[in-house]
Amino acid sequence: MTYSTPVSLTINGERHELDVDNRTTLLDLLREHLHLTGTKKGCDHGQCGACTVHVGGQRINACLTLAVMHEGDDITTIEGLGRPGQLHPMQAAFLKHDGFQCGYCTPGQICSAVAVLEEIRAGIPSHVTEELTRPPGLTDAEIRERMSGNICRCGAYSNILEAIEEVGGINP
Amino acid sequence: MRPFTYERASSASSAARAAAENPEAKFIAGGTNLLDLMKLQIERPAHLIDVNGLGLDEIQPTEAGGLRIGALVRNTALASHEVVRRDYALLSRALLAGASGQLRNKATTAGNLLQRTRCPYFYDPHQPCNKRQPGSGCSAIGGVTRQHAVVGISNACIATHPSDMAIAMRALDAVVETVKADGTVRAIPIGEFYRLPGETPHIETVLEPGELITSVVLPAPAGGTHIYRKVRDRASYAFALVSIGAVIQPDGSGRVAAGGVAHKPWRVEDGDKELKNGAKAAAAALMADARPTEQNRFKLELVERALAAVIAQARG
Repeated sequence: MTYSTPVSLTINGERHELDVDNRTTLLDLLREHLHLTGTKKGCDHGQCGACTVHVGGQRINACLTLAVMHEGDDITTIEGLGRPGQLHPMQAAFLKHDGFQCGYCTPGQICSAVAVLEEIRAGIPSHVTEELTRPPGLTDAEIRERMSGNICRCGAYSNILEAIEEVGGINP
Repeated sequence: MRPFTYERASSASSAARAAAENPEAKFIAGGTNLLDLMKLQIERPAHLIDVNGLGLDEIQPTEAGGLRIGALVRNTALASHEVVRRDYALLSRALLAGASGQLRNKATTAGNLLQRTRCPYFYDPHQPCNKRQPGSGCSAIGGVTRQHAVVGISNACIATHPSDMAIAMRALDAVVETVKADGTVRAIPIGEFYRLPGETPHIETVLEPGELITSVVLPAPAGGTHIYRKVRDRASYAFALVSIGAVIQPDGSGRVAAGGVAHKPWRVEDGDKELKNGAKAAAAALMADARPTEQNRFKLELVERALAAVIAQARG
């Protein structure tokens, strides 16, 4: 056996076949091999959420998973959510509400936020859901709790919350 | 990270065999704890056996009226499962109190049980640690110990088990099902699954080399009111200082396990017995023979207060 493994995966709709060092995290594959540098490396230990991407529609930390563990997977990064001129509604809302300052955590915040609204729609409960046997509501408290894995050192949280609320349809 | 070879396992028994044949091999499932530790060179496997392709990701009813949870069921899927939410709410609540949405989407049921302590001295390769490097000493003893264990400790280790889910599993009398390298299977009650640190804090469970968890079985629902109360330094995404997992019946009897206080989910017979006599009595029984430090003595009072809140909530 060798220290590298072939892996094929789809990223933002494009198929990639690579042979990678087994140690390569999904995050390093995206940034260093495919030059998709929208996904950011913050702590590299799953504590900050800057590397959040979607795998099979679910948000995960790209820093805590190996590229070779994603054979056949369908991955969406911030580059795949929207592009200049055709922004995802969440990207547009972050701009409108000034949901960032330095911007480093923003791709992770946006990927996470898109998934959070999907999770609430899918009825997945959270720590603050009052009744486990009823679907969670689309509330401030639910959004705050579900976004706790994304740290913003500039402290843009209140504007991030406004952006997510608008896309979720909470605000008039 | 140390270089390692990698294989995708094709069956549970072949994975167990491969792991038993190579003492430097590790299973990887969600990877959220193992990869963190590998980056810090605290874990240094020479070979990874990826078990993600084994199935083991279903939740099914058992003949005894309980649930069999596949080892690879993700924390989000388990917490969201309709039957778990209805009949084992304690388990949903404990899972949802832990980690972040991103981590819960990846972390597995078996991996959660097997996660390592977050003792800061275990995480610092420059400090002696009997758990990381057997025989090197314990830096926590005599160090900063606010987060550390108060019961079941030894002179070799005062680390806590970090899992919220495991506290619920303990209170619910879960059974861990495994397959060994020779293909035989066994069922380990969770009360017998974890070891106290003693002189060998690096050996945390009764699993044998290569033995692979295939599922976790819950007995038929216990009824009662299910409560998981976690006390932590911030409202979300933090490990417990103290947590209480309880199932309380209408007559005030029930079962209770505590987190953040020991090397394993902490439940004692007398703690359950004293539950109907109130928080003071139950906490005294749970924390009997505690050996706190000056810095973590507060956990004894915190256990009692958390228990009082749980009992009050159960009474409605």
